[in-house]
This record gives sequence, structure tokens and C-alpha cells, in this order.
Amino acid sequence: MKLMKSLLAATAIIALAAGAAQAKQLIYCSEASPKHFDPAMATGGNDFDASSRTIYNRLVEFKHGETAIEPGLADSWEISEDGLEYTFHLHPGTKFHTTDYFTPTRDLNADDVVFSFERQFKQDNPFNAYLADSQYEYYEAMAMPSYIKEVVKVDDLTVKIVLNTPNSPMLANLGMDFASIVSKEYADQLAASGNTADFAAKPIGTGPFQYVDYQLDSVIRYSAFPDYFKGKVALDDLIFAITPDTTARTQRLLAGECDIMSYPNPTDIASLKENPDLVVMDQAGLNIGYMSYNTTVAPTDDVEVRKALSMAINKPALVEALFGAGNAEPAKNLIPPTMWSYNTATPEQEYNPEKAKEILAAKGVTEIELWASDRARSYNPSFARSAEIIQQDWAAVGVKATINTVEWTQYRIDGAKSDRPGAFQIGWGGDNGDPDNFFAVLFGAAAIGTQNYSIWNNAEFEELIKQGVLETDPAKRAEIYTKAQEVMTREEPAFLMAHSTIYMPMSKKVIGYTMDPLAMHRFDNVDVAE
Amino acid sequence: MLRYIINRLALVIPTLIGITICSFGFVRLIPGDPILALSGERGVSAERYAALVTKYGFDRPIWEQYFRYIGQVIQGDFGDSLATHRPVIEEFFKLFPATVELAVFALIFAIVLGIPAGIFAAVKRGSWLDQGLMGTALVGYSMPIFWWGLLLIIFFSGYLGWTPVSGRIGLQYFFKPVTGFMLIDSLIAGKPDGFVSALRHLILPTIVLGTIPLAVIARQTRSAMLEVMGEDYVRTAKAKGLSGQRVIGLHALRNALIPVVTTIGLQIGVLMGGAILTETIFSWPGIGRWLVDSIYKRDYAVVQNGLLIVAVIVMLVNLIVDLLYAFINPRIRVQKS
Amino acid sequence: MTTIPSASPQAQRPVSALREFWHYFSQNRGAVIGLVVLGFMVAIAILAPVLAPHSPELQYRDALLKPPAWEAGGSWTYVLGTDAVGRDMLSRLMYGARFSLVIGVVVVTLALVGGITLGLIAGYFRGWVDIVIMRIMDIILAFPSLLLALVLVAVLGPGLVNAMLAIALVLQPHFARLVRAAVMSEANRDYVTSSRLAGAGHLRLMLVTILPNCLAPLIVQATLSFSAAILEAAALGFLGLGAQPPTPEWGTMLATAREFITRAPWVVTFPGLAILVTVLAINLIGDGLRDALDPKLKRS
Repeated sequence: MKLMKSLLAATAIIALAAGAAQAKQLIYCSEASPKHFDPAMATGGNDFDASSRTIYNRLVEFKHGETAIEPGLADSWEISEDGLEYTFHLHPGTKFHTTDYFTPTRDLNADDVVFSFERQFKQDNPFNAYLADSQYEYYEAMAMPSYIKEVVKVDDLTVKIVLNTPNSPMLANLGMDFASIVSKEYADQLAASGNTADFAAKPIGTGPFQYVDYQLDSVIRYSAFPDYFKGKVALDDLIFAITPDTTARTQRLLAGECDIMSYPNPTDIASLKENPDLVVMDQAGLNIGYMSYNTTVAPTDDVEVRKALSMAINKPALVEALFGAGNAEPAKNLIPPTMWSYNTATPEQEYNPEKAKEILAAKGVTEIELWASDRARSYNPSFARSAEIIQQDWAAVGVKATINTVEWTQYRIDGAKSDRPGAFQIGWGGDNGDPDNFFAVLFGAAAIGTQNYSIWNNAEFEELIKQGVLETDPAKRAEIYTKAQEVMTREEPAFLMAHSTIYMPMSKKVIGYTMDPLAMHRFDNVDVAE
Repeated sequence: MLRYIINRLALVIPTLIGITICSFGFVRLIPGDPILALSGERGVSAERYAALVTKYGFDRPIWEQYFRYIGQVIQGDFGDSLATHRPVIEEFFKLFPATVELAVFALIFAIVLGIPAGIFAAVKRGSWLDQGLMGTALVGYSMPIFWWGLLLIIFFSGYLGWTPVSGRIGLQYFFKPVTGFMLIDSLIAGKPDGFVSALRHLILPTIVLGTIPLAVIARQTRSAMLEVMGEDYVRTAKAKGLSGQRVIGLHALRNALIPVVTTIGLQIGVLMGGAILTETIFSWPGIGRWLVDSIYKRDYAVVQNGLLIVAVIVMLVNLIVDLLYAFINPRIRVQKS
Repeated sequence: MTTIPSASPQAQRPVSALREFWHYFSQNRGAVIGLVVLGFMVAIAILAPVLAPHSPELQYRDALLKPPAWEAGGSWTYVLGTDAVGRDMLSRLMYGARFSLVIGVVVVTLALVGGITLGLIAGYFRGWVDIVIMRIMDIILAFPSLLLALVLVAVLGPGLVNAMLAIALVLQPHFARLVRAAVMSEANRDYVTSSRLAGAGHLRLMLVTILPNCLAPLIVQATLSFSAAILEAAALGFLGLGAQPPTPEWGTMLATAREFITRAPWVVTFPGLAILVTVLAINLIGDGLRDALDPKLKRS
């Protein structure tokens, strides 16, 4: 007891002494552990924040806070007349990170770019399947295998990407995480020493921050890369404090244990805004929370059943109970209202439990599986809560829902299986601001097995999204995607839940943070006040 | 004595075999394909699947698979985590010190408070002090510690702001792990303020994890003291006019502590179970949270062999406690049969 | 094995034995309080449909996270407030009592039946049967109980029934050990020998002659297991592997309430308090039973 007391006294003294000036450090309370640090294989926003947006760069980058493209590792580029050849001119003298596990002998060149893409589609590339569960979900979900014919090195600083058919969103796609450029020299070195798995565990990139340490499921440490090709960033150290529990994350911010946090509980927003030490930034999210019905497994293979199930849910009440008043708006289209081609003519979802009950009774639907995961997402703060609410609404129309709760990583694997029964809650935050990134990625036939959790393959819809990519005239594209929304409303492959507002609470000392419409958390332009 | 030790050691081997059978059987019992479960793969081609069957030896007879497994385990090969692709044993030793640090503190907390509480209660038997202490101990013993942890967080971290919310040390401190024990490493790294930070992070988890052992030890100490105090030699000592203090200190306590030592030993398993909940509540990066997370993630390679390692450690600790018990307990020490 | 100091067999006059037991038990104030509280809990559990002001699963979408009646913003419609989807806390807690008590009863019954059977067989027949059974019990005890229950649930799949099975399996070695030790100490006593000479069969010897004489420690152990089962089931629920939502099981309620510990402390406080009070009451009874049934402690 006495010992404890004197130790506590010592704490106070030392804590005061430790207040002296230190390196500029930002602690970010993140929502989940990254699966690993290989951006091409990652799928979650938390994976991207920890790898592609900190450690890596791409040929082109999204401007901060926008969905427009700006030069990245490529200073400039040309697109051929027929839209089939993209030629990129790399920034000369771009350095890779030097760490205690790798020292680069050369600057970034065309070989690195070719390697970064080829490993995702060439089966004979040694890094195509270097992990037991290697899978390039994004590359496939974005239908890249059918578009990219080859990636060619023209000279050391010039790369040409050759397409099979024109693809309007291609440039924006190249700003996405899967298109991050990795070091071929590092990969070769690992292959030679037989430690290929380190490629995902000890990353080397060109990005603003370099990897220092990762303590499993708790802390990732980065330091500023002094030779960053855009100049060293303002911060010296960046720390990701992984805190999956939303409440714990909020408490850590309140206790000053971290400076900025992702995805607060919407119900806490009001009290966070009142706190004089905090700033709460917000932005209408480029997102959608929805619930995919498996369109190939009974009973949800019947469009009338799907419509009746959706009709049984009181959407505005669900959205309010889930997000709190004013933090989200009920969705009627897959894409958010801020995105071009949004179909304002789509009717509001009908809420009619009596009619739903009749249809479901006639179809003999009495049971259904309802999937939920344990993680809070920006488009759904609690799958468990939305599941309970939907379960209750369905119970009211005579359908007993069994809730399946699965850990997040496994959840998406289970959900993508074509024989998965029932309704699967999921959502999406846009990657590049293009409608194609919602329609094709989430409901295109090419995404069956990855992101198409409805296992939906509709010929009319397929034709539309194909045209949408080939077409280059924005007005015509908008028309095509409006039609795609009509097909979705008619076929109801999913119950569309909400578009949420994204909040980012942070300490007042954080300077220059910009909210990103693509839900990325980027810290290269952030500074902290002394 | 020697006979007892040999007998006790002989019991270890069948138990050890049983534990390995359990962990070996585990992946074969989980629903679904054990090969896909162990490899973490999905949608594999027929060739790849066949290759995996050979790799894991599933094409061999079951007893051969088991001996293969034992062979690997003896060589220290516990497989790789499906989630991180790192060896399970490597992850285990990275996280184990965190659990040990917490468990040691919890045990010290429980002993330092529990034994005196038990003695006081026994000496003042029937008084309000006795009733109060034992009432409190029973509340502690009945405590759902996951709720207790939340309450302490609400009050000490949320309301008073005295203690950190989670983690092992302030995030601003970073030094390469040498021993894995934050308190020692911070001193090795020459960061006394890091040491203090680590200590502050230990307070609430220690209380939460130590609560049930504290209650058990206090209750056990009290009843052992009462029993010993009723024995003839203590009564004789009292009758001979030795002072109460002296009787308690010299005679009663020494003998009463024998069963208490066993009780303390038995708390190791309780601490391991409690660590699962405590670590989950306080985001403590230890073995308990690792195993629970692995169950959620269906990282069966980790669950299978993590379980094996934990069971073996608990078993060894129990063995040591038993031997220690034999050593201090004269009844066993002189026993011939 | 240590030898258990045995109670002398005194089953001749059950009425007076019962009266003697009650005499000792009722002297223990804590135990009586525990009994009253438990009786109260049982009454609530049985009468939940009558007593509960609301359905435990009905969501009042216009009353999300209402505080308890006595706090600002609370109302007497929802005495203990509502949870995040607008369900009445009081009603859920009342129905929750059913789950916790049923969990306790089922787990203890399973563990008792399993443990007694194995313990009787091991203690009566000795030899290799004994060795095999007791080694298996040792193995089960080598795993931390919550961890083993967790893994079993991971194998069987999450859910209340599987959680109960897992906990029963984890708890039964205690019964087996106890019964075996008692059987071994009783087996050579005169009354057993005489029954055997009188031609009693194995089963009769085990169940009718020996078992009643080791009832006392079994009852105490069963009480302790009852509270342990409630705690472990709640812990599994808290970890998301026990009863699944929307079941109003107390541990499960706590798991979903964690999100709101700062904003709505009542959704965290009450389920935990309910667990604590129930477990405490049972443990008080257990202490009382032990003191009343164990002649050795009675003496001191």
C-alpha cells in the first residue's frame, strides 16, 4: 500500500517533467487491425489507411478532400486517341524507404510499376500467390483482368498500360489502393532469401511514412520518410492505436490518449461537439449501407419475396435508431445523392407490413438468416443493432430471422460464398467517386465471389454497366447509370439502408486534417500544434 | 517424499498426451473442412486442394497424423497463424509476457490483501470486522469481472480521469522489447516515465483480474486459520500463556498457510481464464485476447496450438505447486505409502 | 490422493437430520438472506410474463435509450429505462432471470449426472477404469475453464444450448473427483461390506448404499457450480459466444450495452447488478449449506 502511494507520487512528478518538447507526433485511434501491409490484397478501409495511404504511392493520386486526380509517382501522362494506351512519365529520383530490414540500391523505375501490376494477374509471377490466401480482390472486382492487356516498360521512367477496351474510370481506378506501387528490388531480395511472407509484414514503399513497428492488434508505428519525393511531411511520428471498440476509442480521445479518431458512435456526436478541447469535422459520406439478399438461394431468389422483405422494414425508424437523428439519410439508390447520375425519380421505399405479410405468407416464407458482424463501419455503426431492429420488423410480418454474427474478416469471406443463405448486411464507401465504382463493383457479375454479396447476375444491368464504362460522354454515362438504378429498384437485389454523414473528432491541436469523401484517413498533410 | 514426486511426475505424461489429443482433435471436430480451416483458403482448385491434403498429411491414417503432429510439436513447430502468416510460437512469446506481467501483479495484489484480510477475520472471528471482510470477499467471489471492469473504467477513467482506458503503456513510449515485460523494458531503455506509465496502465486490470483470487485467498486463509487455531497444539500454546500475537504468528499462521499455498496455486488457472475477460475489456495485448480474437477470426492454427501451449503451461504450474506443497507439508513429506 | 475425512453415516433418522440441518442453516443470517433473494428471483422468473410491464423483445422506436424513471428524462413507463433499440430494461431483466436460473439448473443437472456416474464407476471399480476416467478429468481440469468452454463453443457453434453443454462439461470433473473420493472412503466401511454380503448388486451398492452418504459435499459443490455456471454463461454471452441477441440473457445484454457505457450507464449497470445479486445469493446459500452440512466445520 505504502509502495503504491509513493509510486503514484513519483508518477505525478515525472509526468510533469516529461512535458518537455518532443518530436511531432500524431496518435490516431483506428478502428481495426490491418490484415497485413500489402495494399494490393487489402480490402478494408482500415487496411488501406495502414498501408496504401501511409506507406505507398500510386501513379496518380486523389487530391486531398476530393475525388479528382492529381499527379502522383507519374509527373504526367498521355492517353491515346482510341483510349487504349495510357503512357505515364515517372517522377525521377523517387526514393524507396530505407529501414533496418531493407536498404534500396536504386530509385523507383518502370520495373517497379510493371511488377506492381503484373503480380496481380500473372500466375507465374513469384509474388502472385506468395501468401497462402493470396487473392487480389480489388483487381478482380474492378474487372481489371478483362481491361488490362499488358503493362509495358518503355524506358526506365516511362510505363505504358495497354487496355483491351476503353475504360472511362481507368485513370481514377489507378489512384485506388490496389494500384499502389511496390518495390521490385525488395521483392526480389525477399524471394532470394525465401522470406516472401515478409513482403506483407514488413512493407517498403515510397510513401510519406515508413513502417517502424507493428504490435499485433494494438499499435502500428510509422516515422516520416525523410526523403519523401514530395518533401518530408510535417509530422515526425505517426501512431495507429488500434481500438476496435468504439466506446474505448472515444474514451481514449477524451482522455487525450489519442489525437484523432475514426468512426465515433453517432449517438456520441452531440456530446463530443460540446467538448471544448475537441473539434468534430463532418462530411456527407460517399457511402451506402445495405443488405444483400442472395438472389440465387431460396427464398430470396424470388424478387417478390425480396420486395416484401424490404417493404416490411420501417426504413426511416431503422435509420434513426441506428444513427441518431440527423446523422444519416435513408437511401433509395445505391449511390449517394452527392454523386452525379443520382436518380432523383426513384420512389421512396414503400413501408407496408400488411401487404408484406400477405405476400410472405403466400410464398410460405417463415424463416430467414440475417447476417451481422462485430465491427462498426461508417455506413453502419452496429450491424448487431440493425439486425435486431430488422429482426423485429420481420417478426411482425411472420418471418423469424436468425442472426448470424461473424468476425469481420471471416464475415466477408462467408458472405461472398454463392450458397450463403439469407440477407447479408454490408455497405460500401466509394473508392474513386465514379458510379461504376458502386454499380459494377458491388453488383456486377464480375464481382460475384468478391463484393457482389447478392450473387446477382442480371443481363440488363450487366449490359448497362458495360456501356457505362465504354461511354466517354459524361451526360450519356449519367443516363446509363440512371437506368441501372431503375433496374435495381425493380429487381431489389438488396435492401438499401442509408447514406451516413462521416464524423471525425479530433483534438484542437490537430492542424490541417481534411475529411476525405472516399473515407480514407490520410495524414501526410497533417501537423500538430506544439 | 521421493515416491510422491515420482508418482506426481508420472501423472504428467498421460495428461500431456491427453492434452495433445485434445488439440489434435480440435481442428478435426470443427464444422467444415479442416483442410480449408487450417490453410485459411477459400475457393481452391482441385490441385491446390490435393496439395494441401498432402501438406497437412490428411491422406495418412489418423494415428500417423497424430504422431506427425506430436513430432512437429516436439520440434517446436506450432504452425503459422492464418491471419498474420507468422509462426504461432513467435506470436505466443511476443504476447505471453503481457499476460504474465498482468497475472503476477494480480496475484501479488490478491496475496498481499487476501492473506492479512483472512487472518484479521479469523482472529476477530464473529466481529463486525470478520463479517464485513467476509461479506466483501463473497461479493468479490461472486463478481462478474467483465462488468466490474466496465464499472471501474466508467468511474476511474471516465469520471475521475485517474487511470488510462486501455493498453499497456502510454503510446508515446516506444522501445524495442527486450524481456517483453513493460516495467522492466522501460527501465532498460532508461525511461522512468515510461515505467510509471506502464504502472498506471496496470492498476485497473490488476484489480479486475485479482478480485476473484483475492476473495478466494481471503476466505481460504480465514478458514485455514480457524481450523489451525482450534488444533490442540495451538490451544496448548495459548494455555501455556503465550501471547495471542505470538501464537498466531508462530504456530497458527505457519500451518494455516499450507492449504493457502495450494489455493494460490489453483488460482493460476483462474487467472488464465480471467485474463481472457480482463484483456478483452482493457485491450491488453496478451494471450487471452489473442485466443479470443483467433476464435472470432477462425484462425484455427492459433486456437489449436495456443490452447495446447496454455494448457501445458497451466499444467506445469500446477505440477510445481503440488511439488512445493509436498515440500512444505510435513504430512506428505514423511508419508511412506 | 488425499483422503477425505469422512462423515459418519447417519441416515437412519431423516426427519431429525433435516431438522438439525435447518437448525444450523437458519442460524446463518447470510444464508437465509441468500435464500430469500433467490426465492425472490425464482418468483420473478416464473411470474415474468405477469410481472413484466412490457414484452422483452418489443422495440419502442420512439423511446430509445430512455433513462430510468428517477433520472431526468425518464418515465415510469420504463422504470429502469430502455436500451439502444427501445426495449424495456426491467422487462428484459425479469425475463433474463429465467435464462440465468435455467442455465444454472440445466448445467448443474448435466454436470451432476455426468460427474456422479463417472465418479461412482471410477471409485467403485478402481483399476484401469478409474485411471482412464480420472486422467480424462485431469485433462479437462488442465485447461482454464473459461478457455475450454470458449473453445468448445467455437467448435459447437455459438448459442445458449452449446454454451450450457460446454460449461457442464467443464464443471463435471469436480463432481467426479468428489464422488470418487467419497466412494473410496465409504466402500470398505462395515455397512457397505454387510450390504455386499447380503447380496446387493453393484448398482444397488453404488446408488442406494454409498451415494446417499456422500450427498453433503455434493450439495455444496452443486450450489457452487450453480453460481459458477451463471457466471460463465454470462461471460460467454459477454464475449458474444453465448446466448445470441435478442435473447435477454444478462451477459449478452451487457455485451451489446458496452457501446453505451458513457452515454447510457444504466444499460450496463443493471444487467451486471442482476448477475452479481443472483450469484451472491446462491453463494451465500452455498456457504450456509457447507457450514450446516459439514460436521468438521460445524465443530470449529
